[in-house]
Amino acid sequence: MSANFSALFYLISGILFILALRGLSSPETSRQGNYFGIAGMIIAIVVTFLSVGNFGQGFIYILIFLLVGGSIGAFIAFRIPMTAMPELVAGFHSLVGLAAVFVAISAFLKPEAFNLGVTGNIKLASLIEMSLGAAIGAITFSGSVIAFLKLRGIMSGAPITFKGQHFINLILGITIIALIYYLCISQLSNIFWAIVFISFIVGLLLIIPIGGADMPVVISMLNSYSGWAAAGIGFTLENSALIITGALVGSSGAILSYIMCKGMNRSFFNVILGGWGATDQSPVSQAKEQKPVKNGNADDAAFLMKNASSVIIVPGYGMAVAQAQHALREMVDALKKNGVKVSYAIHPVAGRMPGHMNVLLAEANVPYDEVFELEEINNDFANCDVAYVIGANDVTNPVAKSDPQSPIYGMPVLDVEKSKSVLFVKRSLSPGYAGIDNDLFYRDNTLMLFADAKKMTEEIVKSL
Amino acid sequence: MEIDPFIFRLSIFILSIFVGYYVVWSVTPSLHTPLMSVTNAISSVIIVGAIIAALAGPSESIFETSNIFGFLAIVLAAVNIFGGFLVTQRMLQMYKKKKK
Repeated sequence: MSANFSALFYLISGILFILALRGLSSPETSRQGNYFGIAGMIIAIVVTFLSVGNFGQGFIYILIFLLVGGSIGAFIAFRIPMTAMPELVAGFHSLVGLAAVFVAISAFLKPEAFNLGVTGNIKLASLIEMSLGAAIGAITFSGSVIAFLKLRGIMSGAPITFKGQHFINLILGITIIALIYYLCISQLSNIFWAIVFISFIVGLLLIIPIGGADMPVVISMLNSYSGWAAAGIGFTLENSALIITGALVGSSGAILSYIMCKGMNRSFFNVILGGWGATDQSPVSQAKEQKPVKNGNADDAAFLMKNASSVIIVPGYGMAVAQAQHALREMVDALKKNGVKVSYAIHPVAGRMPGHMNVLLAEANVPYDEVFELEEINNDFANCDVAYVIGANDVTNPVAKSDPQSPIYGMPVLDVEKSKSVLFVKRSLSPGYAGIDNDLFYRDNTLMLFADAKKMTEEIVKSL
Repeated sequence: MEIDPFIFRLSIFILSIFVGYYVVWSVTPSLHTPLMSVTNAISSVIIVGAIIAALAGPSESIFETSNIFGFLAIVLAAVNIFGGFLVTQRMLQMYKKKKK
């Protein structure tokens, strides 16, 4: 197949990828969008086979490797529980990053195959493109591995910081740029390996200091990186499908990071340069007096909600941990039978990745038109009888609106305290990720339900 | 003077960033998780480079170092392509409207 012809087909698959993302503007069109994406991928792969035109032994091997990888992927996709989506996505990012590194390595070892010149005399532009692709890919890989370990709980989710950390990252970053420059002059393969190696280290150092609840930003950022790595390889291979996709994914991840940062009222650099829990903890919060809280049980909660006319449910990461989404849906069904109007309020950074809560609720068969974003529903709290907070904490803290001294001051929060009564399911009075006390616990209209989110919800179902 | 083909590729790149910007802002927040998994799947179009790398050179020498890296990249990308699209599909199936 001629190069021009295949370039046109790569363009078509790029357009199909754009349509795949476009489909996600509403749940109705999203499934069709996914098929566009699959079609684009098939076109890109078939066209590549045809343009290489080598259907010998190698072709058979490729099909075998494709099937091996494909069945692993399919197996994971069918078996993974929805609560494990954040770590799955982090794991997948690491694979894209590593694949980019591998492609860059083989392009460096055998540039003839990609029309980039010959070994020892690779075209200058290609050399820069492939080393950038390899460096970003390596950072994506090792960073995603750390994110995966933290989300999976294998590594502590607490931010790990040490002195001079940012300085070391800065030095390593400068070293990578210097090495790329030196590689262009010398064409030495050792320099190329050094770039890859140092980039792996940077990825590790970049993610290790970031704490668990900042993971939505980290995952989005790594999503973005995987896109830029793909684009870098796309420039090397002069392939428009890769360039278009890389740009799409890169900007998508960047926008998600921005939305997540805005949801916490923090700048991107503030998140990247270390977690809340690690840095600015003044001892003030330690010296808190024992304030009275109202303690309730499942029967109280059931009574309150049964007699309410409207209930808003505020889910958070704790719901995911306790796997309470199905019990929650049962509770809501029981309430609806009693004629109570129920809706769900989702904070942008609830959970460990963008949209995490929505997927879990969808899994529990909650219709998506009962689920609302912060801006859509925040005014409704004032007219609502009961707010049922399950597994959320910092995102409901009224201190964010009233206390300029608080580290979360200015963060958009759900106005839970405006509802007539608040039911707060939580295992203890311990502060959330931000390390600050939630004022809501001590309000007169708050009833604390100290229990595991799932157990408590199940008990409420029983007493309804 | 002739324009370097690199400039054309750069133009495609920049325009795609803009397309991506507007398309992604129109994605409804409730679908942000599927958005991440599908972008994951499509960025595995990097398999195109992996296939070229694996098939490089004469067919009797397809297990040189550079080819092996190509084959490894094919496996990784394939995990992502199948895993990414299928898990996205699985999630999207769950989004249902209220039964009237």
